[in-house]
Amino acid sequence: MSGKNGVRFVHIVDTTLRDGSHAVSHQFTREQIAAIAAGLDAAGIEYIEVSHGDGLAGSSYNYGWAALSDEEMLKAASEVIKKAKLTVLLLPGIGTQEDLKLAIDCGVKAVRVATHVTEADIGEQHIGLAKKMGLEAFGFLMMAHMVPPEKVVEQALLFESYGADCIYIGDSAGAMLPEDVKARVGAVVEKVKVPVGFHAHNNLTLATANCLAALEAGATFLDGACRGLGAGAGNAQTEALVGVLQKAGYETGVDFYKIMDVAEDIVEPIMHRPQVVRNAPLMQGYAGVYSSFLLHTYRAAEKFGLDPRDILVELGRRRMVGGQEDMIIDVAYQLAQKKGGN
Amino acid sequence: MDRIKVAVIGPGNIGSDLMYKILRSRYLKMELMAGIVESEGIKRARALGIRTTTEGIKPVLEDKSIKIVFDATGAKHHLQHAPLLKEAGKIAIDLTPAAVGPYVVPPVNLKDLYEAPNLNMVTCGGQATVPIVYAINKAAGARYAEIVAAIASKSAGPGTRQNIDEFTQTTAKALCAIGGAKKGKAIIILNPAEPPIIMTNTIYVEVENPDEKAIREAVFRMVKEVQSYVPGYRLRVPPILDGHKVTTIIEVEGAGDFLPKYAGNLDIITAAAVAVAEKLAARMLGKGVVA
Repeated sequence: MSGKNGVRFVHIVDTTLRDGSHAVSHQFTREQIAAIAAGLDAAGIEYIEVSHGDGLAGSSYNYGWAALSDEEMLKAASEVIKKAKLTVLLLPGIGTQEDLKLAIDCGVKAVRVATHVTEADIGEQHIGLAKKMGLEAFGFLMMAHMVPPEKVVEQALLFESYGADCIYIGDSAGAMLPEDVKARVGAVVEKVKVPVGFHAHNNLTLATANCLAALEAGATFLDGACRGLGAGAGNAQTEALVGVLQKAGYETGVDFYKIMDVAEDIVEPIMHRPQVVRNAPLMQGYAGVYSSFLLHTYRAAEKFGLDPRDILVELGRRRMVGGQEDMIIDVAYQLAQKKGGN
Repeated sequence: MDRIKVAVIGPGNIGSDLMYKILRSRYLKMELMAGIVESEGIKRARALGIRTTTEGIKPVLEDKSIKIVFDATGAKHHLQHAPLLKEAGKIAIDLTPAAVGPYVVPPVNLKDLYEAPNLNMVTCGGQATVPIVYAINKAAGARYAEIVAAIASKSAGPGTRQNIDEFTQTTAKALCAIGGAKKGKAIIILNPAEPPIIMTNTIYVEVENPDEKAIREAVFRMVKEVQSYVPGYRLRVPPILDGHKVTTIIEVEGAGDFLPKYAGNLDIITAAAVAVAEKLAARMLGKGVVA
């Protein structure tokens, strides 16, 4: 399990064009998508995830309007990808099987069906459709820090029973310490027959370290994004991850130099801000709040004259889950009422 | 006082909650609870002195005195029940996603549907949000309506979970067909927090004419109307305008008849179904429309 006996292969899913979409408020253009997807493909990335940050049909008032339709985004990527598997994210409750069919028509080869860590059963039909249509299907458990390992295992087994080819554990709030990652990944690896993956966020600056912890616990799939581009504090930085894995003796099939070039020459110039861990995202990791809430929280804090950290702490206290961006307004409104009433 | 006899098919959680609401009604008499097997729900009805059957819809069809039938089974079953009920001259109130008949949202379009033999209750999210979209559309013109319904994980049964796309698609359709929006989108989130969250609904509308006063007044009026049959329906965040975007947040606490109070999502659909039946019954009894 240690990865030291010979070379162990790690499958890399790059999510610059999906999780990274949050960091540019879903404003990727056709040209940017084509350039990044072509670069990732040439660097040897195995899975290239392209979607609105909140998955298929995510473009909305609640999650932010995308510059392009799902179809336009996917076509821009599929036209340039030669080798990699074009992948999409689907959150049941937001995207539907109809949306997945449309994505398949655009050349998608793999889908990640993501639910809150306790709600895998809302994804049964979507995994079923994906398998029927010949796709690779991932069952993705978000916000896995919120429940103990036994619960993660129970839900992973559900996804496996629906036909998922791989189970992902998502640290969507960047709230886990390496031992939390090992406990959850290890428990799932022990019980499921399919491969297990890990999706890190960098709120506590542990994204890469947590990826290594996941591998030690038996994971064989990891997520990254160039320059860490992603919701909240961002993800594990693909190019750094590739370097670290190479140094640690793992094989990824990704060319270290080429992926560094994609990050620096193509991704960095289009970033809206450096992907650093500012106070609010640090607070998200500490309080265990869904990463995608960050930019919406900044906007609400400005509108209602509040400290974004107060909003985030209250969201954490209320145990809000992924997708509840609307509750940021609710919390900000209630906090502002309280403040005004004093 | 005369009351109209009704039956409930499907003695599960929804059927049992309907039963308790019907027992309180001045216009409806809970005549028969129909299931297909001996179950907790059948026992519960029997213990309350209500006639029960485990022979499914047949005894319902054979009883000529029953005028209104609530169907709380599943879409597949309602597709079979609907023509039989119509033939037997009974009005069907459909709480399944089958949608054989038109959607009904009581304060919006019930008055147009008094003659319909089959009425569909849309979804819980539809019952909670369509009235607000309708009110805003009347006041300011709705180009687009989007709703986010958040419900407690515990209040979402296997039917909802295995057909989650049906919720988003049906609700979105009703936002347009009944709410009057030109385009619609619906999102549903299940939250497992303990103690369970009560249902919240965020309604975003892009309006033609951002007249804040008219919008707020229309929404306040509509909230009162819905409260007349769902007492736990409350405005959490009154309409906030941001250019042409109007954001309103509603919460729904259940009456706690049979289902727990946090399950406002289930309460609002059973309460709406009973409100529909009461208005139909009041008409049948020649007493005019219930206030």
